[in-house]
Amino acid sequence: MKMPGKLKTAKALAALHKKLAQELDTGKCRISVCNGTACRPYGSNPVAEAFRSEIEKRNMADQVDFKITGCHGFCERGPIAIIEPGNLFYQRIKPSDVPEILEKTVRRKETIQALLFKQGASTPAVERQNEIPFYRNQQRIVLGNNTRIDPTSIEDYIAIGGYAALSRALFELQPEQVIGMVKESGLRGRGGGGFPTGTKWETCRKAHGDIKYVIVNADEGDPGAYANEGLLTGNPHSVLEGLLIGAFAIGSNQGYIYVRNEYPLALKNITLAIEQAEKFGLIGKNILGSGFDFSVRVNRGGGAFVCGESTALMASLEGKPGEPRAKYIHTVERGLWDRPSCLNNVETWANIPLIVNNGAAWFSKIGAPGNSGTKIFSLTGKVNNTGLVEVPMGIRLRDIIFDIGGGIRGGRKFKAVQTGGPSGGCLPEKLLDSPVDFDTLTKAGSMMGSGGMIVMDEGNCMVDVARYFLTFLEEESCGKCVPCREGVKRMRQILTDITEGKGRESDLELLSQLSSHLQDSALCALGSSAPNPVLTTIQYFRDEYEAHIKHKKCPAGVCKSLIKFAVVDDKCPGCGLCVKPCPTQAITFIGKKKPVALDQSKCIKCRTCYDICKMGAVSIE
Amino acid sequence: MTDKVAGIIRKHGGDPSQMVAILQDIQSEYNYLPRAALDKLSRKMDMPLSQVYSMATFFRAFSLEERGKHIVSVCLGTACHVRGADLILESLERQLHVKRGQTTPDRGFTLESVNCMGCCATGPVVKIGEEFFGQMTNDKVEPMLNKFKE
Amino acid sequence: MSELVNLTINGVKYTAEKGSMVLKVARDHGIRIPTLCDHEAIEPYGACRLCIVEATRGTRTRIVTSCLYPVEEGLVVQTDSPRIIKNRRMLLDLLLARCSENKVIQDLAAEYGLEKPSFREEYWEKHNCIVCGLCVRACEQVVGVSAISLVNRGVSKEPKPPFLEKAKACIGCGSCYYVCPTGAVKLEEKNGVRYIRNWKVEFKLKKCGKCGIQWAPEAQLEYIRKKWNLAPGFFDTCPDCR
Repeated sequence: MKMPGKLKTAKALAALHKKLAQELDTGKCRISVCNGTACRPYGSNPVAEAFRSEIEKRNMADQVDFKITGCHGFCERGPIAIIEPGNLFYQRIKPSDVPEILEKTVRRKETIQALLFKQGASTPAVERQNEIPFYRNQQRIVLGNNTRIDPTSIEDYIAIGGYAALSRALFELQPEQVIGMVKESGLRGRGGGGFPTGTKWETCRKAHGDIKYVIVNADEGDPGAYANEGLLTGNPHSVLEGLLIGAFAIGSNQGYIYVRNEYPLALKNITLAIEQAEKFGLIGKNILGSGFDFSVRVNRGGGAFVCGESTALMASLEGKPGEPRAKYIHTVERGLWDRPSCLNNVETWANIPLIVNNGAAWFSKIGAPGNSGTKIFSLTGKVNNTGLVEVPMGIRLRDIIFDIGGGIRGGRKFKAVQTGGPSGGCLPEKLLDSPVDFDTLTKAGSMMGSGGMIVMDEGNCMVDVARYFLTFLEEESCGKCVPCREGVKRMRQILTDITEGKGRESDLELLSQLSSHLQDSALCALGSSAPNPVLTTIQYFRDEYEAHIKHKKCPAGVCKSLIKFAVVDDKCPGCGLCVKPCPTQAITFIGKKKPVALDQSKCIKCRTCYDICKMGAVSIE
Repeated sequence: MTDKVAGIIRKHGGDPSQMVAILQDIQSEYNYLPRAALDKLSRKMDMPLSQVYSMATFFRAFSLEERGKHIVSVCLGTACHVRGADLILESLERQLHVKRGQTTPDRGFTLESVNCMGCCATGPVVKIGEEFFGQMTNDKVEPMLNKFKE
Repeated sequence: MSELVNLTINGVKYTAEKGSMVLKVARDHGIRIPTLCDHEAIEPYGACRLCIVEATRGTRTRIVTSCLYPVEEGLVVQTDSPRIIKNRRMLLDLLLARCSENKVIQDLAAEYGLEKPSFREEYWEKHNCIVCGLCVRACEQVVGVSAISLVNRGVSKEPKPPFLEKAKACIGCGSCYYVCPTGAVKLEEKNGVRYIRNWKVEFKLKKCGKCGIQWAPEAQLEYIRKKWNLAPGFFDTCPDCR
């Protein structure tokens, strides 16, 4: 990796960009292999290793530019690679496919059919990434660059125009103008709060005090959300650039990036990105000769969801346990160490360079009125196409789940979609045409939150989902205030009782009272939004609660105390496949062509037999 | 031990904002947070021992007890939950004969849960050491554990 | 420099120093707002939520803890609206379920018409501590030794000495005992020794050279003597005999 040394002027940066951009534009074959969080368990590292060694073995380094990148977004189909020119998309690659890819596709420009995307077995294969419905229906202005850059290379980022926005801000704009642009763009916080970013910056700039801080909240703790991970790991410089611009606009010279403990690769990549930016003079003293100084530290989380809350995050930065505090005086006035602090989400910061480069008007035209721009969602659960999707705000839930997500897997039926993590709610089929934005989902009782979108089918029990979220919140509650510490515990107890068939008619009323109490009196948003999963599931799936409480039944077949596994005699061929895996030896092999026998007294309802049986001979009653 | 701890503190510039990172590094070194290390940390950073202990017990990443050679982490995030992560946890508890948060008597394995590792698309996910196992089902648990058993 | 502002509490107009907390202003004027985690010598914390009031600024009304909410011009406060009473009642319901045999909580709950918790009896707990943090905060802010802290997180959060062993930094002053609102911190003196078993500490009490009364822990006196650079025998006589 060539290091030209510190860039001392805007001109030097522009010249470097021009040089690197030319080097990119050689028509040389470029392969980018995704190393996102889902691709890794799928084996992207062995695939990348195979490319590296095979390219070397075949002396093809002058023909092929190979890079490992961050998340491409289509997690379901990993390991994936994109081959340019031609935007060719290969999926589910194994190391053994690599020699063929090099010989056939790179050398002979032939496509390997078996590696192409197909939505279903009988649907036509699609060659180009941009033509795959999953991608075609997205607008990947923020995440799209992941496929083009090696996140461990600052040169790659500069080659595609990186840090030009910073240069523009430092030399062509006044801080107030930058703030004006962000205000005009309509950008709202992407972490869940949806507060107008420009207004936040303006208040912080005007706040009393010489020392101000800018903070990146990368504590993405919502289970099921990993959009920040994909962005921070795959394009760390975009976040840094946004942070630098924000610091300049606000008048801050010190930044902190708080990365959750469970994201080791994001930590590694952002730390490296900072080192590289420092070497290039893009962080440090007198950046690009502008007179603006800035330094930034990376901080690790310790495994506490509550530290995603801004005041808890700041407490953690002060070396204390992550306990939130009252926000009657905003953190932009008195935050970290009682100084004005501007905290924004990873995705919010990453949007800033785009706004400065393309203008507020351009940005405000994307999305919907009052909700400009795009949002990255982590689409998971029972959909066919799981992954990170970036869509314009205002798109309908239905479009995301069916056009992009490819509908429900296994041909089953949509039941609910959970958005906004533990602060959000479960929305039913009748609300699928709701636009996804800050306000509509909130009115329906849920929220957009940090972008987690978990799709559920008829095999998911909504009472169990509510119980799950409360269990999660009980574990993550900091314990400071009575409503949350005691109230969430009591709600969890009631819901557990309901799932165990011990529910009472009065439980729903008590849950409702506890819910309004938490909404009114909890100290922070963890507590005040804790009722949302319960309230939405009671509102939209009341019949399931009544089945559990009145009839002691779990219609979805999930709550163990209320279900029974049984052998369907006329479907069981007596193959005995289920016998050995049963952990309590509850299944007895009777004889060939005779159905097996299940001893209910030994059955612990682990579902192993149900999952293993290929004949559908196990039923859940 | 005191030299190592002093070295870790120096690496982070003795900065209280790096407390969690300092504790992480100490834990990486010893596989848990030894009492002596925390005593040393309190003295060197001029921070009350009670505050250090609060930090160590507040954040779930830390263990004050010695952990096993292989840390088995089950993701209990929402996406993994809807795909049956609870059952995977139960399966692991059965196979290892310990409950969540406990270590096997031979100190071979510690079973922990994490509330989302960010691999949501491949759930249910189990992490052992640095290796990830996605799309877990009950029948895959035993062969996965066998890879690590001596 | 104290700027005065006008505010209304329960329909009555008052003036107060800008930036002072609603709770203090109310109390200064004899308006009763219940609290548990509040103490005049200690920074407000906002944990028990009992001091909640409805505060209206312009058109926006929200529920806030009066111990931490600063007054401003035109603020309208309701300390006992139906919504507030409902919330206080549920708070005490939750506290009663946690401390089902504690007299202080029982009495407070009774004031709000609550005889027993609304939750199932099998889940009632018998704590005395409500995790208000006063003991810890007093030790940190007033005494300055930080011998104890709030450990763990969530439902198992509670004040404890480091490593659950004898609190080495404790000087036996008993501030924690004096500020505890529910009597969860227990202080006992027997045979010239003071015991605070919560933190597993015991202290020999200093005997006055003149009257013979055992009046304070030796450790505490030594701490004060060193801190204020007092002569070696300074505390050999008790304050009454000096």
